[in-house]
Amino acid sequence: MALLEVRDLSVVFQRRGERPFTAVDGVSFDVEPGQTVGLVGESGCGKSVTSLAIMGLLAKRGVKISGSAKFDGTELLSLSDRQMRDRRGRDLGMVFQDPLSSLNPVVSIGLQVTEVLERHRDMSRKQASVEAAELLEKVGIPDPKRRLSEYPHQLSGGMRQRALIAIALACRPRLLIADEPTTALDVTIQAQILALLADLVRDTETALIMITHDLGVVAGLCDEVNVLYAGRVVERAGRHDLFRVPRHPYTHGLLASIPRLDAPRGERLSPIKGSVSDNIPWTTGCAFAPRCPNALDTCVQVTPAMEPDPVVAGPRLLRCHNPVEPATAAEQEIMS
Amino acid sequence: MSTRTDKIDALSEQAARGDDAGVSLAAAAWRRLRRNPVFLVGSTIVLLFVVLAILSPFLAPHDPAVPMLGDQVVRARNQIPPVQEGHPLGGDQVGRDLLSRVLIGSQQTLLVGVLATLIGLAGGLVLGTLAGAMGGWVDTVVMRAVDVMLSIPGLLLAVSIGALFARPNQYTVILAVAVVQIPVFARLLRGSMLAQRHSDHVLAARALGVRQRSIVFRHMLPNSLGPVIVQATLVLAIAIIEAAALSFLGLGNPDDRLPEWGQMLGQAQNVIDSHPQLAFWPAGCIIVVALGFTLMGESLREALDPKSRR
Repeated sequence: MALLEVRDLSVVFQRRGERPFTAVDGVSFDVEPGQTVGLVGESGCGKSVTSLAIMGLLAKRGVKISGSAKFDGTELLSLSDRQMRDRRGRDLGMVFQDPLSSLNPVVSIGLQVTEVLERHRDMSRKQASVEAAELLEKVGIPDPKRRLSEYPHQLSGGMRQRALIAIALACRPRLLIADEPTTALDVTIQAQILALLADLVRDTETALIMITHDLGVVAGLCDEVNVLYAGRVVERAGRHDLFRVPRHPYTHGLLASIPRLDAPRGERLSPIKGSVSDNIPWTTGCAFAPRCPNALDTCVQVTPAMEPDPVVAGPRLLRCHNPVEPATAAEQEIMS
Repeated sequence: MSTRTDKIDALSEQAARGDDAGVSLAAAAWRRLRRNPVFLVGSTIVLLFVVLAILSPFLAPHDPAVPMLGDQVVRARNQIPPVQEGHPLGGDQVGRDLLSRVLIGSQQTLLVGVLATLIGLAGGLVLGTLAGAMGGWVDTVVMRAVDVMLSIPGLLLAVSIGALFARPNQYTVILAVAVVQIPVFARLLRGSMLAQRHSDHVLAARALGVRQRSIVFRHMLPNSLGPVIVQATLVLAIAIIEAAALSFLGLGNPDDRLPEWGQMLGQAQNVIDSHPQLAFWPAGCIIVVALGFTLMGESLREALDPKSRR
């Protein structure tokens, strides 16, 4: 059995007097212990809402969550606030996007680490601060004893993200959700943070859900990738398969829009036309159809189902009536 | 981690420290304050009056309660003891030394100002924290009550509260002035608490399963106090003026053996045509003290406001 089983998870935001908005629509995926699963997509496709729903961090009012998220056999969505609070930080950890605003500016780093240790591991303050120093050392913060008494604004961006990771890992959670952990960092630091996450996950057998819009991050880290569009998973594949043979036109478009160092100079990038707001609802067809270069008439009439890929072998799923042909995908790979 | 990445970290850290040289928010604000002439003037005035209030029992040349120049008072001819040797400001309506009364009066005025502000602050902190942390119907109930109080002009509300007491004294004045300030603090704190509630670091703390109690008191409250502290220094000035106004209107301490500036002002109004000095000295003191606190508060607000940083 998988460590985390998400089945048919839907999140609907409902405000009085406004049309309900479906942010996440029937998302299903599994995470095995030690596995890294990526959730990829543009802004607004429901990646963060998915993770917040699993963590139970969405507001109670105006939000309807349905489906199931089983962690180690326990249904997370039906736990009480108190039970969920006991699990957060201990079983489920989370690392956020902006390390500066995610740390409390008026509390020292040390206290922010020990707070979790005292809360979940019943440590005394003394034990906790020894453990905190070890944690900071483990995530590669030099001179950890001094850092414990410092405040977030005294640390560099990379250090702050390391500190956040240390806090998230303080209670050795079995599942870590990283929500765009490298977006606010510059590239050299990004690489360090990703390497650190990869090391930690491997050493501690922690399962990792990596939420990102950066396919480079996915390529470096994830075992399995779920591509989200407008709240639904449109393609699922292993990382190598996905990069070698992208099948969904959206995935294909995402890969084609990345600038490459080995592309000839002066070659124009090929962006995906339109924006996420040019959607049609999933109920009347494929939401991506208005932006899709492969769109057929069926695409706006029949909603595609998530099915095993009919052409390419392997454990992959696809939600598309007219996927990109493997040959052309490969050709374009060579051409670009 | 290799030593190379350590070096990179050290370098980027130096860069991060560049703009604020590794000092806390308070220290950075203090550095800006120290060079601000407005703050220097304000704090000098405040300091001067605080020292004066503390030392006034020793500085006052005479007992402010004893009408030692009483024989010079001729009520029928509206005669009041003039400036004379040993009495640099002359005497008051019943022949007490005016200088001593003004000096000792600073004690009462500062005491009333500080106590009223502290009580108002405490009440505002409780209500604001309640509303900001609990949200929902608690928030609605508290804030509507606050709205009702705010809709009544401050001085009018203070006068009404002061008039409730059968035997007014300095503590009823303090209470009346304090109650008026509670809604201001409550609303201010609730606003910044709400902003904190949706901040990333509170979400991060919730993601760690931190208890609600420590989220409120460790993560939300300390980050919300800045504007409240600034407001407190401004309220000090308002409280002093309002307390003086209440005394002036006769809602203060009826026992005039212990001098208070507002009360002196109130008693002086009968003779303001012939002896304006009786009103001039206490009024001048009230104005200067209130100005001092206001200047201090305004410059503090500027120093702590991230938008005004250059």
